[in-house]
Amino acid sequence: MAVLELVNISKHFGAIQAVTDVSLSLNRGEVVGLMGDNGAGKSTLVKMIAGNFRPSQGTMRLDGAEIVLHRPVEARQHGIEIVYQDLALCDNLTAAANVFLGREIRRGIGPLSILDYKAMYRRAGEIFKELKSETPPRDFVRQMSGGQRQAVAIARTMLSDAKIVLMDEPTAAISVRQVAEVLNLIRALRDRGIAVVLISHRMPDVFTVADRVIVMRRGRKVADKAIEQSSPEEVTGLITGAIEQV
Amino acid sequence: MAITLDRAVGQRDRGWLSFLFASQAFWVLIAVILACLFLSVATDSFATAKNLYNITRNFTFVAIIALGMTLVIITGGIDLSVGSVLCLSSMVLAVVMHAGYGIEVGIAASIGTALLAGAFNGVMIAYLGFPPFVITLGMLSIARSLAMVASNNTVVFEFGPDHDALLALGGGAWFFGIANPVLYMIVLALVTGFVLRWTKFGRYVFAIGGNEHAARLTGVPVRRIKVIVYMISALAAGIAGIVQTGWLGAVTTNIGAGMELQVIAAAVIGGANLAGGVGTASGALIGAALIEVIRNSLGLLGINAFWQGAFIGGAIVLAVLFDRIRNFRQSE
Ligand SMILES: Nc1ncnc2c1ncn2[C@@H]1O[C@H](COP(=O)(O)OP(=O)(O)O)[C@@H](O)[C@H]1O
Ligand SMILES: [Mg+2]
Repeated sequence: MAVLELVNISKHFGAIQAVTDVSLSLNRGEVVGLMGDNGAGKSTLVKMIAGNFRPSQGTMRLDGAEIVLHRPVEARQHGIEIVYQDLALCDNLTAAANVFLGREIRRGIGPLSILDYKAMYRRAGEIFKELKSETPPRDFVRQMSGGQRQAVAIARTMLSDAKIVLMDEPTAAISVRQVAEVLNLIRALRDRGIAVVLISHRMPDVFTVADRVIVMRRGRKVADKAIEQSSPEEVTGLITGAIEQV
Repeated sequence: MAITLDRAVGQRDRGWLSFLFASQAFWVLIAVILACLFLSVATDSFATAKNLYNITRNFTFVAIIALGMTLVIITGGIDLSVGSVLCLSSMVLAVVMHAGYGIEVGIAASIGTALLAGAFNGVMIAYLGFPPFVITLGMLSIARSLAMVASNNTVVFEFGPDHDALLALGGGAWFFGIANPVLYMIVLALVTGFVLRWTKFGRYVFAIGGNEHAARLTGVPVRRIKVIVYMISALAAGIAGIVQTGWLGAVTTNIGAGMELQVIAAAVIGGANLAGGVGTASGALIGAALIEVIRNSLGLLGINAFWQGAFIGGAIVLAVLFDRIRNFRQSE
């Protein structure tokens, strides 16, 4: 059964129609590549799934039950995690502090509880190790490389038992070696049964890890097919509009 | 994998010594200590009980308010209304006690007034999106005006039945002969330092200053935290006002005038970054101490008092310059 279903979802910002009538479903342990030109509505679509925006129209079903998300926290409570395009990191905090931002581990009771630095450093270190990333939990994000920053943002999604992880251009600003790391991480998530949505401009990334590719153009979904039944040429055509729809 | 988990987790990016050397407050503290040593040797009048008493008097009130201001500055905001809020709180305390109410009622009314002023600032900034500079500038004007209205612009120096209790609260020395305002300052600094380092609230204050957008996306209650931060700033001004009233034994409607600039200077010299995201409680105290030592030393060294502003301004510029150079080195 599909873990997430979108039915006729639309979103407009005032006069701007960002997403129009998109329906799709996500299955457990599936990696879906979401492609499209700048402004096609990819970020807006995943932000609706992540609870950042309320859809103007349409419904969302999680495990068959309809859900309405008002805030990102609610999406997270449902097991939906997102890695934002701009990563949303605080440069003045450590890697561990960023990983746990909004979900700090504390010790003590009630109003007397204090931040548990040790536990957060340890857990963040474990997650970075799982990600095979050499990111020191105590280092400030300000001093970090693009790949390390990416690891910090992705590590956040691994704090809880996520069902769905949404990644908005995780491989846009990092080196080739680091891209391979991120793709490995995506496979690791998939192997745990997590559904991953990967927004990317990089054709090779999508054709390497994705099981399925969805193409958007001007807010509409113009293709949704298994990766082996498509080709980079076809996807390019769909993105540019040379191919109308499949 | 090149590094083991334990090493990665245990690894500090810098040792505590280099951490200290990279801290602006540390260097300012060194400057304060050197200045004090120099003044003790160079003048007969610096290291006297009376002069040290004067220094602490002037410095503690600025320092107490600078603690609250530091929180505001860490979130990337500013509070220009603290001097006026100090005046208004003092005046509310004075007027209420003068009318015959007890000290508890006076303090409750005074603190309540300060919190209201802070909540107004905070709500306008966090929920209605006004720039902190503008709103708190408005409050600067409003609060002092209200203080004048409350007192009909007179001096209040009789505080009703609890007159002596109030003077003891501000002017006494209840603990090992340390002046009460100094005790309050130390306690408040410890509380502020604790909150910043060990609580979720403190973590969020830094997160908002570092990247407000990111903080909001990750579920930090940004607006609520901001309102609380401005309330804390006003509360610090209110507490300073109450203590100062007891210390001076009189309230006029011009107390605290221009104090906001000293307070902001203290926070910035102590390492708080006006761009947000950086600041410490100890820095607020040390910054306030440096300003007071500069002021005091000019008098003792026989330098024209008109030079005061130039030296304090110079210290601010130096502090910011120091920060620039450090950032420059880091980004290389
Ligand atoms: N918060 C917003 N307010 C107004 N318009 C927006 C907002 N977010 C996105 N848009 C608009 O919606 C359209 C789709 O944007 P987006 O989802 O970011 O595209 P993509 O991620 O595919 O590049 C664009 O025209 C963009 O300008
Ligand atoms: Mg986008």
